[in-house]
This record gives sequence, C-alpha cells and structure tokens, in this order.
Amino acid sequence: MKDVIVTEKLTKKYGNVTAIDCLDLKVHAGEIYGFLGPNGAGKTTTIRVLTTLTKPTSGRALVNGFDVVNESDAVKKVIGVVQQHVSLDRDLTVRENMEFRARLHHLGSSERKKRIAELLDYVELTEEADRQVDTLSGGMKKRAMIVSSLMHSPKVLFLDEPTVGLDAQTRRRLWDLIRRLHLDGTTIFLTTHYIEEAEALCQRVGIIDQGRLIDLGEPLELRQRLGLVTVETLVNNKETHYQYFADRAAATSYVQNLPPEAKTVIIRDSNLEDVFVELTGRKVGAD
Amino acid sequence: MPTSMVNALSDIYSVLWVDLRFLRRHWLRTLATSLVNPILYLVAFGYGLGSGISFDGYSYLAFVMPGIIALTAMSSSYGGAGLKLHVDRLFYKCFDEYLMSPISLFSLAIGKTLIGVVRGLISTVAILAIGVVISNEMMVTPLFVIVLVTSCFVFSFLGVLVGLWAKSHQDLGTFSTLVILPMTFLSGTFFSLSQLPEAVKAVLYMFPLTHSSQCLRAAALNQPFPWMSFAALLCFGLAFFAGCMWLLKRTSV
Repeated sequence: MKDVIVTEKLTKKYGNVTAIDCLDLKVHAGEIYGFLGPNGAGKTTTIRVLTTLTKPTSGRALVNGFDVVNESDAVKKVIGVVQQHVSLDRDLTVRENMEFRARLHHLGSSERKKRIAELLDYVELTEEADRQVDTLSGGMKKRAMIVSSLMHSPKVLFLDEPTVGLDAQTRRRLWDLIRRLHLDGTTIFLTTHYIEEAEALCQRVGIIDQGRLIDLGEPLELRQRLGLVTVETLVNNKETHYQYFADRAAATSYVQNLPPEAKTVIIRDSNLEDVFVELTGRKVGAD
Repeated sequence: MPTSMVNALSDIYSVLWVDLRFLRRHWLRTLATSLVNPILYLVAFGYGLGSGISFDGYSYLAFVMPGIIALTAMSSSYGGAGLKLHVDRLFYKCFDEYLMSPISLFSLAIGKTLIGVVRGLISTVAILAIGVVISNEMMVTPLFVIVLVTSCFVFSFLGVLVGLWAKSHQDLGTFSTLVILPMTFLSGTFFSLSQLPEAVKAVLYMFPLTHSSQCLRAAALNQPFPWMSFAALLCFGLAFFAGCMWLLKRTSV
C-alpha cells in the first residue's frame, strides 16, 4: 500500500521546547488516519510542518512523495487544510472564499464556477453561499472551510480538530461529510482529542504524547492490546481503579472476587481513552 | 509574455482580488475614514493657521496642499496594506492560506502591496480634487502623478513590512507612535525644511515622507525637481520591499 505521508525522525524545537520529537509516521493512501493526543502533544505542530507552514528542525517529511521543505510548492498543490480556528476571510461570503482558494490554485473561470456549485451542493451550503462568513453558525463555518480546502481536489486533506466547539448534532453531520470524502478517495489526516471521533472515523490511530508517537494501530487493535472490557471500581469512596480484561467472562469473574470495600463497580467496553490513559497516565484533552 | 510572468501576474491579481472585494464592500467607510485626517489638516493648517501667510512666493494653502497629499498617500497606503494584513495574520490567521498555496512570495508581497497603492490613490485623488478646486496655483503634471504613485508604493511596502513584522497590536501601536506620528508632523509637510538647522534637516531626511513631500511640492508648484529626493524615495521603496521578502521567507518554508 502506498504511503502518502511519511516522516522520518521529524523533530521541531522552539528554543528549548521540543514540540515534535523524532516522529516516524506512515499514512496510507485513502485512509483516515487519526492523530490522537492531549493539548500540547504536538498534533498541530505536526500538521504545520506537513502543510509547509513550519520548517522542521531536523528529520524529513514527505507528502505524496514530495519533501515538505525542498519541494514545498509540489506539496501545496496536493494538500487541503482545515485549520482548528476559522481561517476563512470573515468579511467575504462563502462563495468568495471558495473562489479565492480556487484562484490561488490557478483554476480557470469556468472550472471555478462549476467546482463551487458542485461543492456547495455536496455540503448543502448552496443557500448560504452568498452570506458573509461572519454571519454563519459554527457548523456552517466548518463546512465552508472544508469545501474551500477542497477546491483544487487535494489528494490529502488535513483536518485539525475539525469538530472542536461544535454541538453533538453538528459534529455528527461533519463526521458524515468526512466519511463521504474518504469514500471518494481522499486521504484524511485528522487530529482530535475527542476519543469517540477517532473511534468513529479512523481506520488507524496514532497516539502522540510530548511530541512522540507512543502507539499506533486500528482502534479495535489498540483496545484488544489493553483488553476489550474495563472494570471500574471505587475503592474506599476515594479512588477509581481500572482493570482491563479480554472478555466479559473474565471481567465478571474478577468482580465476583472483589473485596467488600470495593463499592461501585462498572463493567463496560474499553475505549481509546483507556488506552491513552494507560499509555500516558493522562486523560485525553487534559493539558 | 513568458508563462512564468503570466502566472506571477495572475497570482498577484488573485491576492489583490480578495482585498478588492473587501474594499468594494466597505468603500464608503474606507474612503470617509481616510479623508478625515487630511481634511482636518487642510482646515486647521491651510485655512486656520496659514491664512494670510505666503511661502516661497506661494500662498500657504498652495504650499501645504502637496504635503497633505503626500501625507494622505502615506497614511492610506500604509494603513491600507498593513492593518488588514496584520489582523489576518495574527488574529484571524487566514494569512496562512496564502502561505499554504502554490503562489510565489514575490506575488504575495506585490499583491498585498497593491491594495495599499489602490487605497492610497483613491484617497489622494479625492484630496487632490479638493486641492485643485481651492488652490489654482497647484498643477497636476505627469511628474506629479509619477511621484504620487511611487509614494503610494513606498508606504504600501512599509505597511506590508510592518504588518508582517508586528507580533501584536502593541507592536503596531508602538511603530505608529514612534515612527508614523513624528513623520506626519516633521517631514516638511506643513513647513519648509529650509528654515531648519542642517543637523535637524539631516535627521528629517531619514523619513521617506520628507522626500515624498518635497518631490510632490516641486512637481505641483513647478519648482526645480529634487531628483536626489526622488532617488531616495525609490531607495526607501526597494529597502522596504526587500524587508517584506526577507520576512516572508523567514515565515514560510
């Protein structure tokens, strides 16, 4: 399988702070790759390096076979980027923002018009096309950002925390859009600190902490390594203990043999957050 | 025309296009705000303090008018190019979109400069129209137009440079207070430098507005043209442009 994103010992330092530390990544063509980690783990810095916004201190990164430093123009032609914040021009309409991106990518006039109409329809924003970005809801802004980034039909789409700050309903609509993009063949590199987002969308998940990739695999594979069933036990009304088991039978047997001071007991499916906490000792999203 | 040049021109227009859309949407507000200062200066200095005074054989109004036009070119071009860029870069972060697109840094710098030039020219043409009506001693010669356009480019480059350099609103405010404000009042806009001691003159010649005022005044009043000042103005423009390119190269990969 072809790797669309490859990094080798990629490192980025800001003074004495190491934001990315010898990061080795391989993202396959056509997959949704989730990059999971707490705030400050190095997710956004990695995206900035891969999207040619930040020069790495050492190591190298290739996108679609092009070096992000020495062949940055070629990289820029094949990537689309949806940043964490609203990076559209708020004084322009959705259509104008899309046209602007199309112009920057040298699309001709008729191609621009056709593509704008297609994409607006794709994300159901046709009726909002001539509204100023500043007047749109958060979800609409995100959809507008996604379609703007798709104007030049990029091979790789970088989504940096695409659903942060959105309500549950809007988040699910965006997930549907991301799935559709994936089905249409776009490789998606998605950073998130929402566990359920990574589980719902990604074929593979890389877990990053303090600039290092600490685990990688399919969500189910990562959970299997830990144990598919979690038992939460409240001991002495103070501290919750977590135990992981391969199946429910093993978990039930464990619970039956618990001492009487273990009060509240919950048996549930384990999730990526459990994986993350066990790997790092921190909760996802915690600073 | 070579393909690379066609692509560069197309990219420059793409960068300018966004700011033109913004200008089209806010043209009245933009024009009105850029004209308040020069009209106030015109009333206060031209009609207030300067009424009845003559300068180098011209009325004070005729003397001060080219200076006010230079001043308008400076403030509109500098602000027009620099302020939005600064806000887009630091607060809305939409400037990253340019850096992630396959356009050259040269096209980006020129495109961002041109909106300052356009805004500078719109404001100065409006003031110029007022000037021509109220002072029949002023002439709009081809040389005057060349100096005016050059001045707009110079101050627009300065705006882009500062917009790229400033790391906060405070930086922008500090630059305005320490450089733009003294330049406004001390660059021979409202008085003749010939009255000043040589040492002071030498300091004031370090301001591009001094050279812009002198060239515009000479061209408008049909005086001997200060070619050295025009050359200095061009040098300022080149230096500011080089600064823009350096900052862009430093920011991008």
